[in-house]
Amino acid sequence: MNFFDELFTNPGITEALPEEFLATIQMVGIAGFFTVLIGLPLGVFLHTSGPDGLRPMRITHRIVSDVIVNITRSIPFAILMVSLIPLARFLTGTSIGPVAASVSLSIGTIPFFARLVESSIRDVGSGKIDAALVMGSTRFQVISKVLLREALPGLIAALTTTLVTLVGYSAMAGIIGGGGLGRLAYNYGLQRFDTTVMVAIIVIIVAIVQLIQLAGDWAAQRVDHRNAATAGSGRRHKSKPGDVVGV
Amino acid sequence: MITVTDLRKTYRQGERTITALDGVSLSVPKGSIHGIIGHSGAGKSTLVRCLTLLDRPTSGSVMIDGRELTSVRDAEIRLARRRIGMVFQHANLLDSRTAAQNVAHPLELVKTPKAEISARVARLLDLVGLTGFGDAYPSQLSGGQKQRVGIARALAAEPDVLLCDEPTSALDPATTEDILDLIHELTRTLQLTVLVITHEMNVVKRICDSVSLLENGKVVEHGPLIEVAATLDGSLARALMPLPGFKRTSALPVLELLLAGNSASGPVLSGLTRRFNAEVNVLAGSVEHLAGRQFGRLRVELDAEAPLAEITEFLESAGVQVEVAA
Repeated sequence: MNFFDELFTNPGITEALPEEFLATIQMVGIAGFFTVLIGLPLGVFLHTSGPDGLRPMRITHRIVSDVIVNITRSIPFAILMVSLIPLARFLTGTSIGPVAASVSLSIGTIPFFARLVESSIRDVGSGKIDAALVMGSTRFQVISKVLLREALPGLIAALTTTLVTLVGYSAMAGIIGGGGLGRLAYNYGLQRFDTTVMVAIIVIIVAIVQLIQLAGDWAAQRVDHRNAATAGSGRRHKSKPGDVVGV
Repeated sequence: MITVTDLRKTYRQGERTITALDGVSLSVPKGSIHGIIGHSGAGKSTLVRCLTLLDRPTSGSVMIDGRELTSVRDAEIRLARRRIGMVFQHANLLDSRTAAQNVAHPLELVKTPKAEISARVARLLDLVGLTGFGDAYPSQLSGGQKQRVGIARALAAEPDVLLCDEPTSALDPATTEDILDLIHELTRTLQLTVLVITHEMNVVKRICDSVSLLENGKVVEHGPLIEVAATLDGSLARALMPLPGFKRTSALPVLELLLAGNSASGPVLSGLTRRFNAEVNVLAGSVEHLAGRQFGRLRVELDAEAPLAEITEFLESAGVQVEVAA
């Protein structure tokens, strides 16, 4: 049987793969949702409570930044995942399956995403923040209208990177009971030496990652008005070359 | 009308206490432009931050039309800030917003109705000469156009005072002139009270009615432009009409003359030669038009026989200020 025939007859591909593909998407989706839900405010907090932030909070910032975020980030994901099994069971009632795996996936990527959010926001010039404050903005208005809006291209890039990381983590999670493409690759590819399934899974994962990256780059470029070349891509400014008025 | 009284700001840097503002007082009437000039490190930035309440002054007060700005509680600080419109050196526009959306920003903060916002934004863009540029993003505008948007934004909330922090320091000379003309014109038409903080004497020469010289956190010289320019030994007058450095090459007497206002146009020097039969050699000179009047600063060398005391008396009676150079 040649490779292509087997591609459509191998039960690992025809029966198991669609289901596990959905499980992977589910894990990345759920974990991605919670990562943004918690990681975005956390990233904003890391910036605003910092020494040069909108509202410096020395001790709280220390605890959140140095203790919680850095410790979570320094534990290798494989170990973090195993150690979080009891928490997953407590929250979801089970320790296996994509939903249970999403708990440890979220906790693994929230601090990562929060750091990326923090650094994107840090790139927003302090002059813009001063301008917003001088015109009488509340702190919340500075965050929503200036920090998040000006950092949006960077935030989308951060989300793209985080989702790609989640795809990788989800494969790892699959091996310890999360399901998804990672488990399929492990079961068929490693334990049964089934190269066809292995190749198919690699191709699919590469495709998922490419798709996320393409979509992310497209979206980031669409909202980026920072230089003239891309500024018009969102909404075109209709002006003829000759009609320069003023200076 | 903005009145600043004995404004002080000190802050700690490790063990040392640094005095950034050491009792600054000034007063600017409505409809006029006051320049605050100083070198970097003189306290200009601290003054700006205290006036906009981005930093709280250690002591002293800022009053706008008799109402206190500095003593407000935190909750009112945002309302107080809205009474000052600010123009920044680098415009500080939001890149994610179009020119019109940037101008609308201060209005959105107080929930102005949409229809009113768009009408007012269109009017403001017309006012600063950017009709039709509302949909352009800042990256599509030149430096001068960005600054015009910045000015429109500063005026959007109809502030009492316009504070310009180095408004032209990032612009080329031609654009600088245009922006200064715009600020000057807006001050007259809208009856604004304008404070311009700058290190460029040219800005003061061109648009200011009065000026303060800031040095080491203190106002060391201040007054209407015409008065400070007419002070022979003042540092502002020297900066307004700079002469090249003087190095004595002969033993001949050298005078520094300041011709202010009408005397500047009179035939003083030729009168001098005719009357005393003296040789007058002009070593250096600088002539300026300030606030519609002519000012001149001259350094002249006389011949050895010239009767110095009588000449000085003659010049002073003609309204010229005289100083014998050492």
